[in-house]
Amino acid sequence: MTVDTATLLAAAREVPDPEIPVITLGDLGVVRDLRLDQAGTVHVDVTPTYVGCPATAVIAQDVAAAVRAAGAPRVEVHTVLSPAWTTDWISEEGRTKLREYGIAPPGPVVPPGPARPARDGAIPLPVVPRCPRCGSADTREVTRFGSTPCKALLTCQSCAEPFDSFKAI
Amino acid sequence: MSPPAVTSALSIAALPATAKYALALGDDALILGQRLGEWIADAPQLEEDLALANISLDLIGQARILLSYAGELEGAGHTEDDLAFWRDDNQFRNVHLVEQPNGDFAVTMARQLVFASYQYELYRALQDSGDEALAALAGKAFKEVSYHREHARTWVVRLGDGTEESHRRMQAGLEAVWPGVPELFEPDEVSLSLPSVAADPAGLEPHWARFVDGVLAEATLTRPTPRWRSRGGRSGLHTEHLGHLLAPMQHLHRSHPGASW
Repeated sequence: MTVDTATLLAAAREVPDPEIPVITLGDLGVVRDLRLDQAGTVHVDVTPTYVGCPATAVIAQDVAAAVRAAGAPRVEVHTVLSPAWTTDWISEEGRTKLREYGIAPPGPVVPPGPARPARDGAIPLPVVPRCPRCGSADTREVTRFGSTPCKALLTCQSCAEPFDSFKAI
Repeated sequence: MSPPAVTSALSIAALPATAKYALALGDDALILGQRLGEWIADAPQLEEDLALANISLDLIGQARILLSYAGELEGAGHTEDDLAFWRDDNQFRNVHLVEQPNGDFAVTMARQLVFASYQYELYRALQDSGDEALAALAGKAFKEVSYHREHARTWVVRLGDGTEESHRRMQAGLEAVWPGVPELFEPDEVSLSLPSVAADPAGLEPHWARFVDGVLAEATLTRPTPRWRSRGGRSGLHTEHLGHLLAPMQHLHRSHPGASW
């Protein structure tokens, strides 16, 4: 049988995130690579969003099942840590889906420490998450550690709704 | 039933140096992760239940990777679970700071400031480690620990520069944890034997001190000058508290060997 790795990779990337099923693993950017070895085993590299994220094991199972269903007889899922996942890898489509779902997408990652001007003179500053319901930028962080490791809990001062926000990391 | 022969088979002295190093860092993360978990449903506010649980989860994530790696380097088939659940207290290599009881919230925040700032410098340095696996973990963990450090900084400033009572208790928290600080930066045989792999503990101290002193100043707190200091964790000499922490952590695994979800 012939296995088309592009089809398998697409299948792996179509798997919904177990915690935030509105986005796919492809949207999140956690499926890093897929290759076929000479013995016909498919190897998929998946990177965790956080080292202790409890969804990691479920993600590995779901990816293996999806790739098998797409025609691969043998699948091995590997966890790779490097390069470290960053929220900058979340696709534009993923960001739109998050917002529509009620989760503020992450701003660009700002390196820790005092703000330093970039080469073009721009100073990177953390972006204030906007309320995904009313769009207001008048929001307040309630806690940086929300319902999952990747999210913070905020509240909107304009419409008074609490909401989750993806932490830039 | 008799336990698997894991504890007797694991000879820490015989481990390759990199495995010993991974074990020490992994034990720090595991023990503090377990300690912080004790706050769940007991923190001053719901948000702190979540925050401390999240930080605990990150630490246990680091520990899983480090202990798995130590087992892999040993090459005797020991898994992360074998190392976490089948070692006795004298086979743990964590510093004393992380095994101390939580105390009140201020004591925990004092320890978080000390330890998260230490891990921040540790993982920053380890990103350049000659050991690829440690460098990869460091790149990942550094980002997470940055959030832990910021969390602790916020609380220490809020309590230190708060009311008279919160200031008094935050200062008392610092006094309680400070004897455990020198052990973090003490050069130990294992890291000295791995100059291109390990972060030099003493070399982390100035960067750590610059940050922590800045936080204490902002919080109107005074850096303690304790008259004693603890030592021995890296060679397996622990305070009585470690055994009491391990008992609930290990009992299920030891009562039902091989239990899984």
